[in-house]
Amino acid sequence: MNEIPLNQILFLSIGLFFIGAYGLFTRRNMITMLMSIELMLNSVNINFVAFNKYLYPDKLDGVFFSIFVITIAAAEAAVAIAIIINLYRSHHSIDVEDAGEMKY
Amino acid sequence: MLNEYLQVLKSEWLILAIIFILLFIKVGSKEWKNESLLYFINFLLLINLIAGFINNLPGSLFNGMYLSNDLIFLQKNILNLGVYLISLIAYPWLKEHKHLLEFYILMLSTLLGMFFMISSGNLLIFYLGLELSTIPLAALANFDLEKRKSSEAAMKLIISSAFSSAILLFGISLLYGVTGSLFFYEIAPAIHSNTLNTLIFILILAGFSFKISVVPFHLWTADVYEGAPVPVTAYLSVISKSAILFIFMTVLYSVFRNMETQWYFMIFLLSVFTILIGNLFAIRQNNLKRFLAFSSIAQVGFILLGLSGSSKIGMASVIYFLVIYLFSNLAAFGVVGLVSATTGKESIEDFKGFYKTNPFLSWVLAIALFSLAGVPPTAGFFGKFFLIMAGAERGNYVWIIFAALNMIISFYYYLRIVKAIFMDQNNSPIPAIKTPPLPKLAMVICLIGTISVGFLSWVYEYIFSFCNF
Repeated sequence: MNEIPLNQILFLSIGLFFIGAYGLFTRRNMITMLMSIELMLNSVNINFVAFNKYLYPDKLDGVFFSIFVITIAAAEAAVAIAIIINLYRSHHSIDVEDAGEMKY
Repeated sequence: MLNEYLQVLKSEWLILAIIFILLFIKVGSKEWKNESLLYFINFLLLINLIAGFINNLPGSLFNGMYLSNDLIFLQKNILNLGVYLISLIAYPWLKEHKHLLEFYILMLSTLLGMFFMISSGNLLIFYLGLELSTIPLAALANFDLEKRKSSEAAMKLIISSAFSSAILLFGISLLYGVTGSLFFYEIAPAIHSNTLNTLIFILILAGFSFKISVVPFHLWTADVYEGAPVPVTAYLSVISKSAILFIFMTVLYSVFRNMETQWYFMIFLLSVFTILIGNLFAIRQNNLKRFLAFSSIAQVGFILLGLSGSSKIGMASVIYFLVIYLFSNLAAFGVVGLVSATTGKESIEDFKGFYKTNPFLSWVLAIALFSLAGVPPTAGFFGKFFLIMAGAERGNYVWIIFAALNMIISFYYYLRIVKAIFMDQNNSPIPAIKTPPLPKLAMVICLIGTISVGFLSWVYEYIFSFCNF
């Protein structure tokens, strides 16, 4: 069976990383920004799992790391969403442009 | 074996014990008065601070994932001291606050994360510690739940810290791909300067720069510092920054030691921009917290200068400067926090004529600002002097002259506040504030620290003796 070469997987993960970064900078909805950050973290997971499988298959370091990244991303999202809900109570909006009282 | 786990992990166990005691108080049915609770917690933190100095056992645990040596114990003691002082200056703000215990639980869990981060010997523990020390911080920044600015600050903090850890993680994943290991001691010899490793280093440096607010990545700093409650701002600017600088030194000096020529140049550029932009923006600020944010950005530029020395002296000078910075910055934040908690005033205009009504607080703030600026009798001068000496070892005199000239610019904006306090007239100055005993204790400790650390040469020698390089 033909295996997918490693460089194509890395191409996917780098693409995902920069799509996430682009989304973070262009989107104005806080939930979408959070989703963009999740995309970036998922590209990291793909990297770890791919490196582990293709280059260092005798140890499971990369797989473990990706499990921890998933867990921490969940914790981060929980705190971020709590903050966004609190922000919505005072600003009545989840658009970042509306939360711009402090500048320069 | 069990004894080793107890002793090597002593600092972490102590923090964990305090967290559990606070949790039991929280869920227990007994109603505590805020005031007595605050005295009790400060007593616990004092015990924690003293216990940090006795019976330290260096060692490594979990197969080398967790390392501890005398230098790391010293760094943990510095952080413990800072947390104790912050807890003291938070008194006027927390006295009326109904979520007092949550504040301490969140703050101590970030401290726990920092301890694990400082003593990590493995990228996984490092990452877990880093996240444990940043995620609760965002919740802390939002601690004034009903204030609009507070939630805005927390939102900015969580988004930018999540973004920065994503960049850092991408660098770590490539590092794993290149070296096949997560242990620092296995990664270090496998790294050589080539294009991919430079990219990895830039990604990791960008992640760190976000956390210590080095210039192209500093945009969140001022907003978060302004919006967050004052003790949280103090925590962000002193404790969190010191902890990340401690581990940054390890990463630079041991993990990336084979790429020294590359990182020296990058740190040089970052430091120049950091000092310049921190100074220029500090000049035009009117809010004291915002002003202290930009001043702390400029200080980080000087720290990077000392860091670039990459020798025993460089390491010792950075730690020494961080001790001085801790004392002087916490003194300033103590006064600002007390005034903000009692009157709600934070702008420089409001502080005009402050000396007429509050001579003690004015002197504390003035000496803290002198020390931050680096005026000779205070310790800040000696701190900056050692940093510049450490940087000068490399012979990059352009950088040294630039830093020295920028110290002169910084005099302008620090002394502007001193002038407002002592010389300017004001028809409605801030009324006389009665300083409660705990913040007064913190201010006196900070004042003694800012004045004496510069003269007591054994402090520097004590730090220097631990810096093995």
